[in-house]
Amino acid sequence: MLPRDLNPDQFRAYPPEAKKIAEGYAGALRPLPLIFVASLLREVIDYDFKFPAERRALERELENLRSLSAPQVSDWFREFEAITVSDKLEHSDWVNEPGQFIEQLSAHLWRTHQQDAFRLAATHYADRLRAVIPPEKPAAPRLGISIIGKGTDSYTEPLFRKLRPHGAYFSAVNPQNGLSTLIELVSTRAKSRHIPYAHWYIDGGSEAEHDPSLTVVSYDALAPVRSALLRKMQSEISRPGTGPESLRTFMAQLRPGDVGLKKSDDAVLSHFQLKLLTEGSGTQIFSTTFAQWAAREALRRAQPLTLLVRFAPRQRQRPMNELLSASNTESELDLIGSLIDGDMGAYYNWINQLRLPGADKSSFLVWFENHNQAVVIGPSVPRGTESSAPTDVKQLLSWIV
Amino acid sequence: MKPLPSSAQISFSRREFLRDAAGLALGSTLLPPRFAHAATPLKRKVVVVTFGGGARDQETFAPEGQENVPHMMRELIPQASFFTQVVNRGILGHYVATASLATGTYETFNNFATVPPDNPTVFEYFRKELRRPSSDAWVVAPSNGFNRIGESSNRSYGPGSGAKVILPKHLLSAAMSGGKADYEHLLRDNYETPFYSPELAGNDFELEQLETMLKLSVTDFKAHAKTLSSPDELSVYIVRQLMRQVAPSLLWVTLHDIDVAHAGAYSLYIEGIRRTDRLCAELWKIIQSEPEYAGKTSLFILPDFGRDADDDSAGNGFQHHRTGDVLSRTTWLMALGPGIREGVVYDRAVDSTDLVPTLGSMLGFSASQSQGRPIIELI
Repeated sequence: MLPRDLNPDQFRAYPPEAKKIAEGYAGALRPLPLIFVASLLREVIDYDFKFPAERRALERELENLRSLSAPQVSDWFREFEAITVSDKLEHSDWVNEPGQFIEQLSAHLWRTHQQDAFRLAATHYADRLRAVIPPEKPAAPRLGISIIGKGTDSYTEPLFRKLRPHGAYFSAVNPQNGLSTLIELVSTRAKSRHIPYAHWYIDGGSEAEHDPSLTVVSYDALAPVRSALLRKMQSEISRPGTGPESLRTFMAQLRPGDVGLKKSDDAVLSHFQLKLLTEGSGTQIFSTTFAQWAAREALRRAQPLTLLVRFAPRQRQRPMNELLSASNTESELDLIGSLIDGDMGAYYNWINQLRLPGADKSSFLVWFENHNQAVVIGPSVPRGTESSAPTDVKQLLSWIV
Repeated sequence: MKPLPSSAQISFSRREFLRDAAGLALGSTLLPPRFAHAATPLKRKVVVVTFGGGARDQETFAPEGQENVPHMMRELIPQASFFTQVVNRGILGHYVATASLATGTYETFNNFATVPPDNPTVFEYFRKELRRPSSDAWVVAPSNGFNRIGESSNRSYGPGSGAKVILPKHLLSAAMSGGKADYEHLLRDNYETPFYSPELAGNDFELEQLETMLKLSVTDFKAHAKTLSSPDELSVYIVRQLMRQVAPSLLWVTLHDIDVAHAGAYSLYIEGIRRTDRLCAELWKIIQSEPEYAGKTSLFILPDFGRDADDDSAGNGFQHHRTGDVLSRTTWLMALGPGIREGVVYDRAVDSTDLVPTLGSMLGFSASQSQGRPIIELI
């Protein structure tokens, strides 16, 4: 089947809000190339579980597609049209299983050396769309905070090497009340500008005390969910014939309730948490990976005004000789490794914040928890500077907020 | 955001750095080859090492990465011809990309399938044209699918005409069977789906051959394995044993520890790079110290591909190699040995598929179905 054969009835299995959207825009999708439509439907089918910023962006994109004339469609999608698709893909159920279609498309593109062409087509489309529909400006300047190194006594190697050139490095920060000051600030921002999913606190360990107005995700709170998921993965893997691809498909089909995420909870957040664990590689076993990936996805999808990410120690990767020794020792923590992971994770948090609209006005702070080192980045902070003058977290914040 | 770097920019910055750091000369194709003075093809041996699992510039040869590759920087590069721009235009999955390196043709099979390459491998060309016995071409590789890399499904060659393949982790698994150790964890080497360990089929090395060919008792093998910290260390241990007992002329070693990056822990990725750097230098020392290899062996070290750039929004930086961006496609090649110019950097672009025809020119066989061309600076 091709998009030209689409009719509203084919979306009957979609969740209610997604169904409404898909039916409403079916006509706009018909003239478009299959690979583009399937990519878009992968977003549409999840509409009910998307954050407000994602919903608005999707609606604006669909509205733009509806407004294109036939010559414009031909112009906008020429590069997509040039990409060939196999019969098998055309005959797959891409309306109801767009995620699986995209997975198979990806393999097809690599195999037929069309990956670069697809990448280029997607980039050009995104550039064009941005020009026609400029991304929404944030309601206030964004603030990102990353806290790394929880539980580390000392570390002598230089930290924040990737972030220092972009802001000011402080080496004499008084750590007293640092954590509570930061959490208090994000809570204050959440209460003063109450917008759903606009103020986040992500913790790679257990959540510190915080205001309920924050959207919170933590590694420890999801421990039962992670265990349930790992059990399901093990069971699936032990079935004959299961390979990486079928495992991925299996994971993509899981619903929050399958791994113990309660139905009564926030459905949007439950789906977000499920995807962190089913789509993120390593998020099930390493808390540092979990925190970084959760931050990336929160920024990309919810586009928060405030994001505080606190990295916590991950379990130590046991070397081969230990694994062979048959000892059933409890998993230890890798404090230094986690600090290094967090340092890189903070850099990625900053990069991902930069990708959002309003980047020129956004600010960022990274702090080595309970230690004296921090970097602040913001429009008024001189780049590549250093200060060894005594200061504290509150004062650091006063320069960027 | 700054614009993404081009392949040429990447190679330029790497070359400048290498020249500054190691006092290397800039090479050109005008430099005459020196192989006329090297060992004759019949005596020459070649060891190929894939710098396993994909590593990026900024963690290796860029200024900020040099601390992670001290052995290659100080010990190997001054003795090597270094190509700064090796472009992989194929599928960026480890098995299919390594198979493409070994056939000199971009293979297009499913990376996760246990299938042989479609095109003839370097081992088949080598053995058929030079009439070499099966003991003269070997592969030591991680266990995810690589057991079929020794020979292709090409009709002109066929079963038994390629290399023998050793999968050290599967040997270990067999050796440890019945014990209580957590050896299963070791087999989960497909880091993109960390809990998956593939079923084996095809030409895998049998446990009993440990004793008959490698002169290594299962007890000794197990005891030594317990002193090693990673699967790649186990691979190098097997390589040493293979070189001593069998001394193949064509030996291919695929390292893989670095691919732990898929788990998203940067410190483990860096640890993998540092270990691989050390193991590469160790391999060169083994080559120099083994009488069957010293003075007549060329060593080629190259990654199968890189990893995604930090500033490509389609990826997640070092964690994966999914975007197909310039950084993930552009790598390097280091060649050392008799007749190969020392301390020279070449910045012209070569292709991943050029390796096999180059080996063919050096060893004296044609790689007739390869898509690549011999690297003239090395032949």
